[in-house]
Amino acid sequence: MANLTLNINNKEYRLDADPQMPLLWAIRDLAGLKGTKYGCGVAQCGACVVHMDSEAVRSCVTRVSRAAGKKIVTIEGLSENNNHPVQQAWQQIDVPQCGYCHSGQIMSAAVLLRDNPNPSDADIDDAMAGNICRCGTYLRIRKAIHLAAEMQQKTANG
Amino acid sequence: MLALGYFWKADAREAEIIKAIDADDFGVELNAWVHINTSGKVTIFSHRAEMGQGAYQAIPQILAEELEVNLSEVNVVFAKGDNKKYGNQVTGGSSTVRTAYKNLLKLGATAREMLIQAAANKWNVLKTDCYAEGGHVYHRPSGKKFHYGELVTEAAKLEPPKGILLKKRTDYKLIGKPLPRLDTWIKTNGTAVFGLDKEIPDMLYAAVERNPRLRGKVKSFDDSAARRIRGVKDVIKVKMGVFSTYREGVAVIADSTWAAMQGKKALKVVWDDSGFEHLSTDEIYKRMRESLKTKEGLVFKKQGDPAIIFKNAAKKLDVIYETPYQYHACMEPLNCIAHYQGDKVEIWGPIQAPDWIQDFVSKEMNLPREKVIVNMTFLGGGFGRKAFMDYPHEAAVISKAINAPVQVVWSREDDATQGPYRPGMMYRCEGVIKNGAIDAFKVKLAGQNNDHWRSGKKGEPNRSSSEGFLKPYYDTIKNLSINDVPFETPIPTMWWRSVYASTNGFAYESFMDELALEAGKDPLEFRRMHMQDERVQKLIDKLEEVSGWKNRKQNEGYGVAITECFESTVGQIVKVSRNTDGKVKIDHVWAVMDCGWYVNPDTIKAQVEGSIVMGLGAAVNHQVTFKDGKAVDNNFSTYQMPRINDIPPIEVYIMDNEEEAGGVGEPGLPPFAPALTNAIYDLTGKRIRKLPFNLAEV
Repeated sequence: MANLTLNINNKEYRLDADPQMPLLWAIRDLAGLKGTKYGCGVAQCGACVVHMDSEAVRSCVTRVSRAAGKKIVTIEGLSENNNHPVQQAWQQIDVPQCGYCHSGQIMSAAVLLRDNPNPSDADIDDAMAGNICRCGTYLRIRKAIHLAAEMQQKTANG
Repeated sequence: MLALGYFWKADAREAEIIKAIDADDFGVELNAWVHINTSGKVTIFSHRAEMGQGAYQAIPQILAEELEVNLSEVNVVFAKGDNKKYGNQVTGGSSTVRTAYKNLLKLGATAREMLIQAAANKWNVLKTDCYAEGGHVYHRPSGKKFHYGELVTEAAKLEPPKGILLKKRTDYKLIGKPLPRLDTWIKTNGTAVFGLDKEIPDMLYAAVERNPRLRGKVKSFDDSAARRIRGVKDVIKVKMGVFSTYREGVAVIADSTWAAMQGKKALKVVWDDSGFEHLSTDEIYKRMRESLKTKEGLVFKKQGDPAIIFKNAAKKLDVIYETPYQYHACMEPLNCIAHYQGDKVEIWGPIQAPDWIQDFVSKEMNLPREKVIVNMTFLGGGFGRKAFMDYPHEAAVISKAINAPVQVVWSREDDATQGPYRPGMMYRCEGVIKNGAIDAFKVKLAGQNNDHWRSGKKGEPNRSSSEGFLKPYYDTIKNLSINDVPFETPIPTMWWRSVYASTNGFAYESFMDELALEAGKDPLEFRRMHMQDERVQKLIDKLEEVSGWKNRKQNEGYGVAITECFESTVGQIVKVSRNTDGKVKIDHVWAVMDCGWYVNPDTIKAQVEGSIVMGLGAAVNHQVTFKDGKAVDNNFSTYQMPRINDIPPIEVYIMDNEEEAGGVGEPGLPPFAPALTNAIYDLTGKRIRKLPFNLAEV
């Protein structure tokens, strides 16, 4: 009884979903991809950030019907082997504590670095202010984004 | 296979190491903490929850040290709730390392010695000629070696030796090193399983409407609209217990989280909350202030005769400090899965206290303890809230009622408005200075006692009345009293990261600053003078050195605060200045942690950084306010959390000494607020005695 097809991480999911359902719950409960997190439901915390046609969106306030026909990327599909420069930098600096918000943090940071390959502290603060981390890993997030920018540039130059 | 565990003699703090029941492979319930199979794979059971604080790293890092294995060969599994096997499992009070490290070291060393003995037996050589390293036993003279996996069968036949000498700290290869966390990889690719991510076959979802006034019963409800929502399967009344009290709600059960949440919104519930006061924040604080004015309360501590000094003093300081109710605001809202199956119930969730849940659900549902199986997932934050039994109990009740496995999901709004909260507190502090030192010192506190709800015991002063206050002060302040003025409201309260130290610290350490200035002394020097304890003196020296306290410039405000929490001492210095627009900004934070023996310095730094950010939020961003008995703010749109652009640079230093291990996850929080407000006073001459305050309006 599927009424809608979602392309998530380059895979087609045929889902039977209430068109009003937020994309977040379709990804989590219907497609079974649990890496994208529920934090607030009102676009305040950023735990649910995914990429939709390459832009960062808050899946908790994006209706699933709007996502049909678009390319969705979640944390599970950001890289082949947990090796996007942002993920590598997060690992090197040991950014996460509880880790719950970091799918969203990483997805936000990946878009920032694509648009601005060499962000300043102020650029990082602007781009990341929509993502809350209750454990307070913010200083490490900033440091890791700088490191990821370096890694990305090395790859581009090398 | 070699499997070792603990045997706890009644009331013993230290466990005896024993051989555990044999089991062929992992998957079978093992009576063990550590288990090495014939391929040499080491499995360590983490008895404590991982909520960001690093237990998942610390436990194997300690065990692997004496066991002589590489951390990469260690598989960590969360233990099920069973305090008869593991000892206390409640992950609170920053207690994982400080209560378990000696036993864990002994456990690792015992297994290692048995493996070495097994190798010596097999080779028929002297044990003293053999040693263990990197998961192998070597014969020194010949260079022969065995992998641990080749020795476990033989080792399992031996009796665990007693009286093993543990390594000296200087010989540690793993402990004390900033090793990367074992859970980072799975937390960067979305594969770490938090409570909300757990799924079991045929699981349904439930959302529960609970009384916004926090207490009382369901009078009636209309579920007709809820039942029309696509995906909604059932609507039932539920009751959940917390310690000795019960709360009721209405649960909507559906085939997806979203449908359950929609169904809940469509419910119309009439509540019976008669018999409970519907208080507002203003009223609560008015009453606290009134009781501090008129009542002496219960004596927590008294030495000398402060009363007579206050009576005869020409001048005394007499001020009031206020701290707000706070919400834990874990990024992962509460949730829990339960599967009731007639003669047993199995529970999965983000759980800080699996053993308490086992005991509580067993009692409430009339099941034998071993028939309540409690599984911990990773926790998306805990901070004390997830050490309660209400949400797992509620899930179990719902599963029983609908005869199906169910995941109960709390919305952010449910999580924010239902409590329990950190209690709001008020402190009346009085002091007299004589010859540049404290002659008399008195603190009276009013605020809810978390223990009242838990134990029902009243009539005793809050046992945490001085939590946060450093004990060496008692040696120099000869006339001192600390009283607790009992204070009750219907608002449920409980521990919140660093518990009463998080509020006491603000009062005691702000007042210490006021007394220093009254005495005409430098605030750091004043503390040095009043704490004749070598450890504290060294910490003060370090703070002074790293912060440049003595060389501070004009137009810079510096503030210091030092607090004790869960057997660790943390000092912080905050530096503030004014922006070009005249507003106060935080330029820098220096923190010095003395937690004695420690495992992973990078984890400690991360915990102190995080504690400071949490302390910052509680000082300048958010508070829970009540109106008509209900919590006003229900989401991050109005309950404003600190964000990346609010965070000053933070430097963390760790003291090296030979002392016993103290806590790490919480002690970094209490000194931040007073260090900040003391710095603001230093810069502006304005004394802030009430939290939270607006930094932009100072």
